[in-house]
Amino acid sequence: MSFISLLWVLLLGSLLGLELIGKVPPTLHTPLMSGANAISGITMLAALTLIVKAEGNVPLLIIGSVSLGFALFNVVGGFFVTDRMLAMFSRKPSNKK
Amino acid sequence: MNLPVIIKFVIDLLAVLLLALGIKGLSKVKSARDANRLAAFAMSLSVVGLLSYYLGTSGIAVQSWIWIIIGSIIGSLFGAILAKKVPMTSMPETVALFNGCGGMSSLLVALGVAIFPISNSAENLDFFKSLINEVSISVSIFVGAITFTGSIVAMAKLQGWLSTPGWTQSKVRHFVNIVFAVASLIAFFDLINGNRSSIWLLVIVSSLLGVGVTLPIGGADMPVVISLLNSYSGIAAAAAGFVVDSQLLIVAGAMVGAAGLILTQVMCKGMNRSLVSVLFGGSLSAQSTASSGSGEYTNITSCSVEECALTLEAANKVIIVPGYGLAVAQAQHTLREVTKKLEQNGIEVVYAIHPVAGRMPGHMNVLLAEADVPYEQLKEMDVVNPDFPATDVVLVLGANDVVNPQAKNDSSSPLYGMPVLDVQEARTVFVIKRGMSAGYSGIKNDLFDLPNTSMVFGDAKKVLNDLIGELKDLGVGEK
Repeated sequence: MSFISLLWVLLLGSLLGLELIGKVPPTLHTPLMSGANAISGITMLAALTLIVKAEGNVPLLIIGSVSLGFALFNVVGGFFVTDRMLAMFSRKPSNKK
Repeated sequence: MNLPVIIKFVIDLLAVLLLALGIKGLSKVKSARDANRLAAFAMSLSVVGLLSYYLGTSGIAVQSWIWIIIGSIIGSLFGAILAKKVPMTSMPETVALFNGCGGMSSLLVALGVAIFPISNSAENLDFFKSLINEVSISVSIFVGAITFTGSIVAMAKLQGWLSTPGWTQSKVRHFVNIVFAVASLIAFFDLINGNRSSIWLLVIVSSLLGVGVTLPIGGADMPVVISLLNSYSGIAAAAAGFVVDSQLLIVAGAMVGAAGLILTQVMCKGMNRSLVSVLFGGSLSAQSTASSGSGEYTNITSCSVEECALTLEAANKVIIVPGYGLAVAQAQHTLREVTKKLEQNGIEVVYAIHPVAGRMPGHMNVLLAEADVPYEQLKEMDVVNPDFPATDVVLVLGANDVVNPQAKNDSSSPLYGMPVLDVQEARTVFVIKRGMSAGYSGIKNDLFDLPNTSMVFGDAKKVLNDLIGELKDLGVGEK
């Protein structure tokens, strides 16, 4: 991938992000923030790449592994905690006798 | 193109599509939970795509697998445990912590690539060769470090581990931060010139910049900061995408970065603060002590729980204004008990939710949902404000700044212009509060001095429990 096409990817991705969130009800601000936060842990892919390409370089493997740990902490924790919050909104209809 | 490349391409494309749908769905109540799962699925899909690509091309060494598994298990385990255990009241600091770790991850990737240039025979890519790589490594380190230290400071401040040091409120802080910013710029150019050791300078000064920028910001503005830092962590991920040459990372990072900016904007609007004043204005309370914002209370009426119960019994329409204090006292369930009793007596009860009730927009909604309060009873500020004149009793529970009439009446107040709930329009206002301490902004609340306001002093949970007892004695809700 050339640098220029990567810049295009960046531009279009940003525009997509701007478009996706239009009107958000205040109820969802917190879950949306933590959900988007979980997605930003996508950097785990970079950590994985680093580990795979380390070719036996142990310090690099360790850095990659720590980085992967941090990213997955963000991703797994983020999605779980978002789900916990959203579960509270969705369980209500069934609870109303 | 060989097969692994095509497969990865298709999976990446699918993952981006699902992530976009996920973010979109998260902004609607009905679809939010499924959307969150969809996004989680898209993330796992992207991992499968990446791993299968390397399996199909260069292969993955056993050693690499070991480190992948170690990192994954530890990270996921801690993440899952924290997510399950953390109380809903600490949600803002939890999001800040997760966010900081995302930034740390991007920082480490860039650092790893910078310290140990990898030569890759399969793609003929020497990471540290081109200028572009150096730039993206620098950006990734810079933004990643700011995200990490900024989020950790935000978390510490929300937890109450860290207060706002006095010097950060003076002009000195701008000078200090400019020094840090200039130093990172110097380190950046030094790095591009080939002086690799300046990477450590970049790490240190950008970390300090993260601290220096977040430390002066007052607690009331913290949600905006977390949202902004969330946006940064997206940018850091996109920069890491440039470092390892991954379009998926760039798209996803850019999406989160842009969406985070919009969300930050929405939050600023809710608090009537501009982003600039949040970032550079310092904490609200510091301004207020400098101006004439504070003062003594002259006309406080306090009353007993019994009086409060009697007034409630005679009411037709009651509006509850919950705030963070309610959540801290873990009293949302007790509150629900009280309102159930009132409803059984035919009293109309609604909850007035200020856009920034709790410590994060939407935080109070989550907390009340936890206590099984029906969604329809939660009214947004604009909807509920015209109802106050026709309301008999308003119960203010642990809210303070969001019911301060100063925001409407006193143009010299730092709160002036912030949208507030017009509770003083109601016939009677009860403020349940532990003492006369000021709200999060540190500003005197004129509401407490008004003749139709009575203070019920005590811990929210205890007062509500007593209230249940009193209502029982009055026969409310017994049918």
